[in-house]
Amino acid sequence: MTTNSIPWPGAGVAEPSVVDRLHGWVTTVDHKRLGILYIVYALTFLIIGGIEATIIRIQLIRPHADFVSPEVFNRMFTMHGTTMIFFMVMPILFGFGNYLIPLMIGARDMAFPRLNAFSFWLTAFGGLLLYFSLVGANGLYGAGNAPDVGWFAYAPLTSRAFSVGHSTDFWTLSIFVSGFGSIGVAINFIATILCMRCPGMTLAKMPLLGWMYLVTAGLVVLAVSPLSAAQIMLIIDRYLGGHFFDTQAGGSAVMWMHFFWVFGHPEVYILVLPAFGFASEIIPVFSRKPIFGYSVMVAATVAIGFISMSVWAHHMFTVGMGRALNTLFVFTTMAIAVPTGIKIFNWLGTMWGGKIEFKTPMLFCTGFIFQFLLAGLTGIMLGSAPFNWQLSNSYFVVAHFHYVIVGAIVFCIFAAIYYWYPKISGRMYNERLGQLHFWLFFIGFHLTFDFMHFVGLLGMPRRIYTYEPGRGWETLNLIVTIGVFFQAAAIIVMLVNLVWSYSRGEKAGADPWDAWTLEWSTSSPPPVYNFAAIPAVRSRRPLWDLKHPDNPDWRYEE
Amino acid sequence: MNVSTPNSTAAFIAPDWKLPSRGRVGMFGLIAAESAIFTIFVVAYLFYIGKSISGPSPKDVLSVPVFYTVCLLSSSLTIHLAVAALQKGRRRAFSAWWLATIALGVTFLFGTASEWHRLIYQEGLTISTNLFGTTYYSLVGLHAFHVVVGLTCLSLVMAFALLGWVTHEHVYRVDVLSLYWHFVDSVWVVVFTVVYVIGR
Repeated sequence: MTTNSIPWPGAGVAEPSVVDRLHGWVTTVDHKRLGILYIVYALTFLIIGGIEATIIRIQLIRPHADFVSPEVFNRMFTMHGTTMIFFMVMPILFGFGNYLIPLMIGARDMAFPRLNAFSFWLTAFGGLLLYFSLVGANGLYGAGNAPDVGWFAYAPLTSRAFSVGHSTDFWTLSIFVSGFGSIGVAINFIATILCMRCPGMTLAKMPLLGWMYLVTAGLVVLAVSPLSAAQIMLIIDRYLGGHFFDTQAGGSAVMWMHFFWVFGHPEVYILVLPAFGFASEIIPVFSRKPIFGYSVMVAATVAIGFISMSVWAHHMFTVGMGRALNTLFVFTTMAIAVPTGIKIFNWLGTMWGGKIEFKTPMLFCTGFIFQFLLAGLTGIMLGSAPFNWQLSNSYFVVAHFHYVIVGAIVFCIFAAIYYWYPKISGRMYNERLGQLHFWLFFIGFHLTFDFMHFVGLLGMPRRIYTYEPGRGWETLNLIVTIGVFFQAAAIIVMLVNLVWSYSRGEKAGADPWDAWTLEWSTSSPPPVYNFAAIPAVRSRRPLWDLKHPDNPDWRYEE
Repeated sequence: MNVSTPNSTAAFIAPDWKLPSRGRVGMFGLIAAESAIFTIFVVAYLFYIGKSISGPSPKDVLSVPVFYTVCLLSSSLTIHLAVAALQKGRRRAFSAWWLATIALGVTFLFGTASEWHRLIYQEGLTISTNLFGTTYYSLVGLHAFHVVVGLTCLSLVMAFALLGWVTHEHVYRVDVLSLYWHFVDSVWVVVFTVVYVIGR
């Protein structure tokens, strides 16, 4: 079964039995199928994590609400954060990388197809472990208990004394297991990008998405490993009576913070760089111009990769690290704004003077640029230690990082879903529903996260399960919660669109966007071998060269 | 439009299109990830030196394992000679050097085991005794775990070699595996320095 391509609906191919098809998907080592598995898996967790967010927001819709108990509230924000970071955004980015990178660099598969499948199933198993805690965390008693220590699980809250039962163990193990899945897929990305490019595609001619994934994969290797190491320490503390984070025996709770954020901050860039990659592929196509400043874009990406390894302690300004360290981390944090700003100028430079078509992917990318700029500005505010002392642990912080993760990353993910949906499914999505999705989500996003800034400035701390009336937070919280329903509606519109278009959409053809990168040179969906003959390229836009033999790009590059 | 692959430009491509080997790149990626894991444990070890609030302390119980260190480090040389022998097609020499590598690795592991046995049964130091115990057993144990993984892989190749399956065409794979073993050896240099030189 693994040798067959994805059946094209209605193509008249003899349908294999359901068991055979399922078996084919479970045992597949094809990068395209694994990519789809990652994406479907991540969208499932998007729904689960979204439901958890909705529960959180319903509880906070008015003062003294009792929709859920404080204990359940703690579990909800822990599960929401863990799910969205580790089992939604990371897998969906790995999924797109899996699907697209071999196609974009003219290869027939990833460098290590079996490692690829192994990594996916590790990630999938990690997600199942996390949710198995609902039934398994109290062991034989059978009464479930999800983790409730927050997504960064500070010590000593995770010690046995304060975290009885097995909920924290499930959290640790799920992060540990999926972490190795992430490292596996990252090594695969690095080897694929460095060793599998088609003839002529030097690193300087590689699509920007390839560069972004190369740097992301490097960051995964260097940042997720420390997290795995910290989880080993936590398990040693909980099960073998170790003292790493046990302050009673001379251990240090601050060590956990350092180890977690050594992972935690590069993680933001692990998530955002692939999103940059999507934007850098989509914006040029819908502006009908090549990307502005390719080499500067690459340099900025590499610079972000390096600087992001040195900013982690800006999550810890209120811990009391001392003046010298605080100052150092303020400066590194400010420094990272420079390459990031360069990127924004490059995207604007690409759009400037272009023949912009506001199809759904482009709408999402435009929203992304705008929101990412604002997220960067609040990031600079929070990156300055004195301001941070005032607003650390408030809803302002929650608003800031949701602006990055939802406003920038998820917007780009939506753009990518619509942009590559014709390639993956062979069908066009419904443009009208796509636009509806954008506007609903855009409105919902701004209702929720804009007003979260204000309620944070008014002093509302994060992670409280309810609040007193009369502090000026009521209306703002109500607006924030209303925004959630817009976002939920938008997600439903998207899912309906994707499912409906899969069988009813127009046939897309190989190249519906008149695009320039190699994945559009093969059929939609691509055959299992991707390319009948391995392509050879001479410029960054091989399909442009092919379509315009009189005026090819390679005449002007270098 | 149904685009064929853009072959038309193939004529312009230099025929010597060569990229790094994916096996080596993949192994270097794994080594980078493992190094990051070790770095965290080393940082924890260094940070917690002298912070234990009860004994025993490293000065009282640790002795420098010179012999076993020499064993492990010289196994890097033997595995190099093994790969070089296979490169020249000398399969018997390969097997001999490969076996020597395994023997040296096992000797090292025996050294770690006997040290742990002494520490646990004579000195009463376990992973939960104090911070020193926690950091010592986890760092040295993490390294020992890597030695075990390495030895398992080496033994598998040894079994293949005894069956006569390892030939000159496998030199590339054997070479990639030897990278891992070199990594295990070089990490020991760091662990040794941290535990027996700085920490004692």
